[in-house]
Amino acid sequence: MMRRSHVFAALGLIVLILMPMLTDAIGQASLLSLVTRALIYGIAAASLNLVLGYGGMVSFGHAAFFGIGGYVVGILFQNFSDETLFLGLFPGTNQMLITVPLAMLVAGVLAAMIGALALRTGGVQFIMITMAFAQMLFFLFVSLKVYGGEDGIIIRKVNELPLLNMKDKATLYWVVLAVTVAFFLGLRQVINSSFGAVLAGIRQNERRMAALGIPVFRYKLYAFVLSGMGAGLAGAMMANAMRFASPDMLHWMKSGELMIMVILGGVGTLLGPFFGAGALLVLESTLSSWTEHWQLALGLILLVLVLGTKGGLMALIGKVWARK
Amino acid sequence: MILFLEQLLNGLQFGVMLFLLAAGLTLIFGIMGVINLAHGSLYMIGAYAGTWVAAETGSFWLGIPAALAAAALTGFAIEALVIRRLYARDHLDQVLATFGLILIFNQGITLIFGRQPLFTKLPAAFDGSVEILPGLPYPTYRLLIIAAGLLVALGLYLLINRTRVGMLVRAGATNREMVRALGVDIRLLYTAVFGLGALLAGLAGIMAAPILAVQVGMGEQILLATFVVVVIGGVGSIRGAFVAGLLLGVADTLLRAFLPGLLRQLMTGPEADALGIGIASIGIYLLMVIVLLVRPKGLFAVGS
Amino acid sequence: MTAVLAIKGLRKRFGGLTATDGVTLEVRANEIHALIGPNGAGKSTLINQLCGELTPDEGVIRLMGQDVTHASVPARVALGLGRTFQITSLLEDMTVLQNVGMALQARAGGNFRIWDRVAQRRKIWEAAAQIIADGQLQGRETALVADLSHGEKKQLELLMAMALQPVVMLLDEPMAGLGHLESQTMIGQLRSLREKTAILLVEHDMEAVFALADRISVLVYGRIIAQGSVDDIRNNPAVRDAYLGAEDELC
Repeated sequence: MMRRSHVFAALGLIVLILMPMLTDAIGQASLLSLVTRALIYGIAAASLNLVLGYGGMVSFGHAAFFGIGGYVVGILFQNFSDETLFLGLFPGTNQMLITVPLAMLVAGVLAAMIGALALRTGGVQFIMITMAFAQMLFFLFVSLKVYGGEDGIIIRKVNELPLLNMKDKATLYWVVLAVTVAFFLGLRQVINSSFGAVLAGIRQNERRMAALGIPVFRYKLYAFVLSGMGAGLAGAMMANAMRFASPDMLHWMKSGELMIMVILGGVGTLLGPFFGAGALLVLESTLSSWTEHWQLALGLILLVLVLGTKGGLMALIGKVWARK
Repeated sequence: MILFLEQLLNGLQFGVMLFLLAAGLTLIFGIMGVINLAHGSLYMIGAYAGTWVAAETGSFWLGIPAALAAAALTGFAIEALVIRRLYARDHLDQVLATFGLILIFNQGITLIFGRQPLFTKLPAAFDGSVEILPGLPYPTYRLLIIAAGLLVALGLYLLINRTRVGMLVRAGATNREMVRALGVDIRLLYTAVFGLGALLAGLAGIMAAPILAVQVGMGEQILLATFVVVVIGGVGSIRGAFVAGLLLGVADTLLRAFLPGLLRQLMTGPEADALGIGIASIGIYLLMVIVLLVRPKGLFAVGS
Repeated sequence: MTAVLAIKGLRKRFGGLTATDGVTLEVRANEIHALIGPNGAGKSTLINQLCGELTPDEGVIRLMGQDVTHASVPARVALGLGRTFQITSLLEDMTVLQNVGMALQARAGGNFRIWDRVAQRRKIWEAAAQIIADGQLQGRETALVADLSHGEKKQLELLMAMALQPVVMLLDEPMAGLGHLESQTMIGQLRSLREKTAILLVEHDMEAVFALADRISVLVYGRIIAQGSVDDIRNNPAVRDAYLGAEDELC
């Protein structure tokens, strides 16, 4: 079993690495952009899954971290190209080695602040309070005319990396792929760590973990911050891939979309959110090429999926796998 | 002062609308434990059905029963087909399934009515305004909305506190298992509550139709505010929905009306307006965060 | 002998109901102190205040001499307070070994580490395997908790609590729902625990209480109406009236 899954992982990775050549060969350049976005959304959804699936915290506001990551890249670029100072203090930059870590840092700080307040509640109240924080950020950026208001910030040139020609779509794709793989390995590490075990315990039984002497709140907050940083990373990469940062990235529908990706792929599974992100994007683009009312079909598919299956795509794959 | 009073009444009118939606949502939430994101769709369906019938027949008043019937029927249908299967599921599945319903209803409406917003005229008897205070004329239709909303609130109060069904509803919101143990046909109670919630949403929809553009997406716009009302008021509490609805309606309206003006004294025009409206939109969410931090279960928490 | 757990004048009201009404009691080192009382006497409320899930309105709780009245649950655990739950509260999706391992992991600390591998913390897993092998659950290491019988879950509760090496343990009805044979085994185990920890035993099973307790406190309507040795309590007419009146035989 182990060996076979390794073979599949290697095959999948090879296909992903060769993707620019494949899309070139079949003359579907837009497909590469789709895969790029799928990988990035995969990062965001997998980050959400850390709190939602592994930690049992249903955050309905992860668009906040995704969006802020995008805005960090956008604002730094704006300051860079206007040669102005952010808040009159810091110069902008278009260096990815600075913008992306900074985006993660800002998203992490934001997650620490939101989490510290939101984690005092639970259940439905937690769902709503995380949504509320994201909405506040959404309206804040809509009203900030400096950063384009409702239109957002256009990033005319993608961030630079030393030695690489980032204007090349394939190069950008490989950078995104490398980031995704690194993120995936990091996430797997976290899940298998001492912290990951405690987090899993908290999801199953918070009261028991407290009785074992675990200060539950701190652990949940830690997971929330890590998860926020992951979503911030995704947002920063998305701003680069789309060359655009807009309030849409912060909207509650975006939080919902991320949630759908997680559930579609499989809650509390490592690879699930990536499959979920890919499936949703492919579904969207295929359906929308058939009919302008593709949302109707998507809605029906969601309904059937929730009512008909439990455990998402990963459960389905597991079943097929077991049958072989 | 006159302006302030006028905005206060506008806030009250928005508040009763929020209450109509939140009352149903909080009961569905409190009694069945279901997060129904599609509640806003029932509001939209009420608005569309009512407006359409009003336009076809030329009578706004005929639009009202049409709106109620359409919303209630849709409510019964989704309760029987979808919601019923979600009672035992976790919140995640409920959010996803009812999110799917939103997509379906939005596209369904677009298929039938197209993307252009519908407009309807005010009923003839209510298209003027009355001078409720010297120097303060106020549209009679908005007064009608406020009156209708307060009447529904009174009716719900009597229903919940004075009838056997109301007793069951209260018991259900406090302790679901207990009602089951009482040997009540819980399925019937659920369907009734869901139907009532749909009815109120439809009523809100048709009442809002003449003063808003009836368009796809109107449900989601008000849905979030409604959820905020439910959570601030305390899940399952009609009284909480009433108080929080009015509070939020007034707060939101006043912020939108006066904040840009206040900011304009500090900065230049267009930027002040944008920022003012932005911060005003933040208001209700900020209010919810503050309430939840002080009272994690809302103002009128039921049960615990 | 010193008191490891001392409660003084504890009071807790819910609306008009006084669930804990000025309770004062001590648990001394290596003592089994039983707390008995009819249903609704306020035993669970008292336990919840002791372990930190409820905050009392009045009174003081001291653990190892330290005032912990307002301390959090984990803070009390750190000071040596262990507990079992009346309705078993375990990590249902994990195995027996993982449950005990989690207790040891919590005790060992270092759990904010995200760069280690929990599977490679050998000491923890070896110790966990040893604890299980020494107890009633030997051979069940890899069983999922969700698949355990009621009696086995009670055993696991005890193992996890003891894995924390507490100074004083709150046992909330460890006999509840056990068969006769299982109860006998449990009584034997609890007796042997006295060497390692002090115990506050909340229990309905009188046979177990009289077999184990060094001292007994009787709680009725939130108030301690009698305190003393097994014989004192057996012969106390007030206790008979208030609590044991309906029963003809005590054993």
